[in-house]
Amino acid sequence: MSMLRAIFGHSSGRIGGTIVVIYVIVALLGMFGITPQNPLQQFRIDRLHAPNAVYWMGTDLFGRDVASRLMNGIGQSFLVAFCSVALATFAGTVLGLTAAWFGKAWDGIVMRIMDVLLAFPAILLALLIIAVVGPGTWTSVAAIAIVYTPIFTRVVRGPALSIKAREFVDAARTFGSSRRYILTRHLLLNLVAPLTVQVTLALAWSLLTEAGLSFLGLGTQPPASSLGLMLADSRNLMENAPWLLIFPAVAIMISILGFNLLGDALRDILDPKTRRSAP
Amino acid sequence: MSYLARRLLTFPLVMLGASILVFVAIRLVPGDAITAMLGTEAGLLTPAQRAALAAYFGIDKPILVQYWSWLLGVFQGDLGISVIHGKPALTIILERFPLTLQLALMSMCVALLVGLPAGVFAATRNEKMSDLAVRVFAMIGQSTPNFVVGLLIIYALSAGFGILPTMGEFTPLFTDPLRNLGQMILPSITLGFAFAASVTRISRSAMLDVLSDDYVRTARSKGVPKRSVIWRHALPNALIPVVTLSGVEFGYLLGGAVLVEQIYALPGLGRLVLEAILQRDYALVQGCVLFIAFNFMVVNLLVDLAYVTLDPRIRLGESN
Repeated sequence: MSMLRAIFGHSSGRIGGTIVVIYVIVALLGMFGITPQNPLQQFRIDRLHAPNAVYWMGTDLFGRDVASRLMNGIGQSFLVAFCSVALATFAGTVLGLTAAWFGKAWDGIVMRIMDVLLAFPAILLALLIIAVVGPGTWTSVAAIAIVYTPIFTRVVRGPALSIKAREFVDAARTFGSSRRYILTRHLLLNLVAPLTVQVTLALAWSLLTEAGLSFLGLGTQPPASSLGLMLADSRNLMENAPWLLIFPAVAIMISILGFNLLGDALRDILDPKTRRSAP
Repeated sequence: MSYLARRLLTFPLVMLGASILVFVAIRLVPGDAITAMLGTEAGLLTPAQRAALAAYFGIDKPILVQYWSWLLGVFQGDLGISVIHGKPALTIILERFPLTLQLALMSMCVALLVGLPAGVFAATRNEKMSDLAVRVFAMIGQSTPNFVVGLLIIYALSAGFGILPTMGEFTPLFTDPLRNLGQMILPSITLGFAFAASVTRISRSAMLDVLSDDYVRTARSKGVPKRSVIWRHALPNALIPVVTLSGVEFGYLLGGAVLVEQIYALPGLGRLVLEAILQRDYALVQGCVLFIAFNFMVVNLLVDLAYVTLDPRIRLGESN
């Protein structure tokens, strides 16, 4: 509760938090099919209809309702973003914690593998994974998760190393606390702050990456909708039907903006050192 | 061991790891090189023909032997033969690379020319309306994917002025510089847009830090003109994080230009990777990914070296 109060008491947090809450509601509605029209239904007489009272955001080339497809697309994009970040957070946390705790050879192996993964620009590594497995929604989830795992591993390992050397961890060991207990209750709980900031920012990146992959035709596959796919479809029609471009473009921008603002606010709230010069 | 020595020593190891990852990833693709080349017609081959082709591609040997001979080939500049183009992968990559390099350089120029003055301007007007405006624009810029920027630019030009960016035959820089720059300016703005926003945010933040330092206060109290305090005293020290960011971003621009090249139909390296993936030309995918990763790592290494050189106080190896 106090965290929520802090977020909504921060100027960026208020805007970012509101955007994210609205998007999550829209995404859930879109995912469960609670949309003005069926996103896949083709109203052939109303093809490329401009926005009006029936079709709030117009219709596309096949006469499908853009608003419904947008809601469904936001749901799809959020599903990919949340699943991939959840996987990356889990894998990165386990790898980072164990690397910091066990050290020596295990630390060396984990961190060198992470170095190798970081040797590729994010989109390129995602493209390589998709080239191997083939395009699709769950391939995008796996690709984005693999791309962002090294970042979470690094975010966890650094602070975990310094916490490991603190007196209270030594004290817990002396009292006979199990390794699992120390790792989860002492190390992990102290890493919640940097992880929260990283998760929020990673959600913005993964939304961006998912949209990019779908735009290239390597993410979500038709007839399902996704924001990137809708933009790709709008390319040849933007002059005659600009609503096909404008609505998904603005939807992507605002969703990423929301997570970026929320991430900045969380960083300010959880790390007061950055408050003075926060950009 | 010093940070620099450790960084230089790990470079070849990480590069070796990257080569293993690329090699193994491509071998995980269902089907082999013969199927990739012949498609469904591979089923018509007799066992003897298949064995002869397997020997030709070297896929009849154990995987370690295959990796070793592939790696030796890479060291000799042999990245394999592109099935689609029928040419060595490296030849095609080197044909496409200058465009991507030019695009990355021009995008960086756009980002620095816009982002640096905007960041300094905002820092000198901290918490005023103009500062807020710059911060809002920077935040929006950072949240806008480059392909969205590209599409909006194309739409604005076509709807507002009835013109479309040239998307026909690409003219190399040295053939016709003016025509080339005309073709490259919009993609550079598109690719440099989010980068400019990052430069604005980081240079504002760094300038704010430096402007509150004692030596800047001393310069001010000595009566040094404000312009000189900002540009001559403060800015050079605020540039360190900007240089680091620019280097890292440049590496990403080299590898991440795929979306912008696709929108503007530019025959660069990013688009080559995409074409190779869509056409299942795995030798080319392998070659391109390795080439881009190598460049990315070299740029990152140079950034780290520049970071230590620019600020002698930094001794990362000792603190880590």
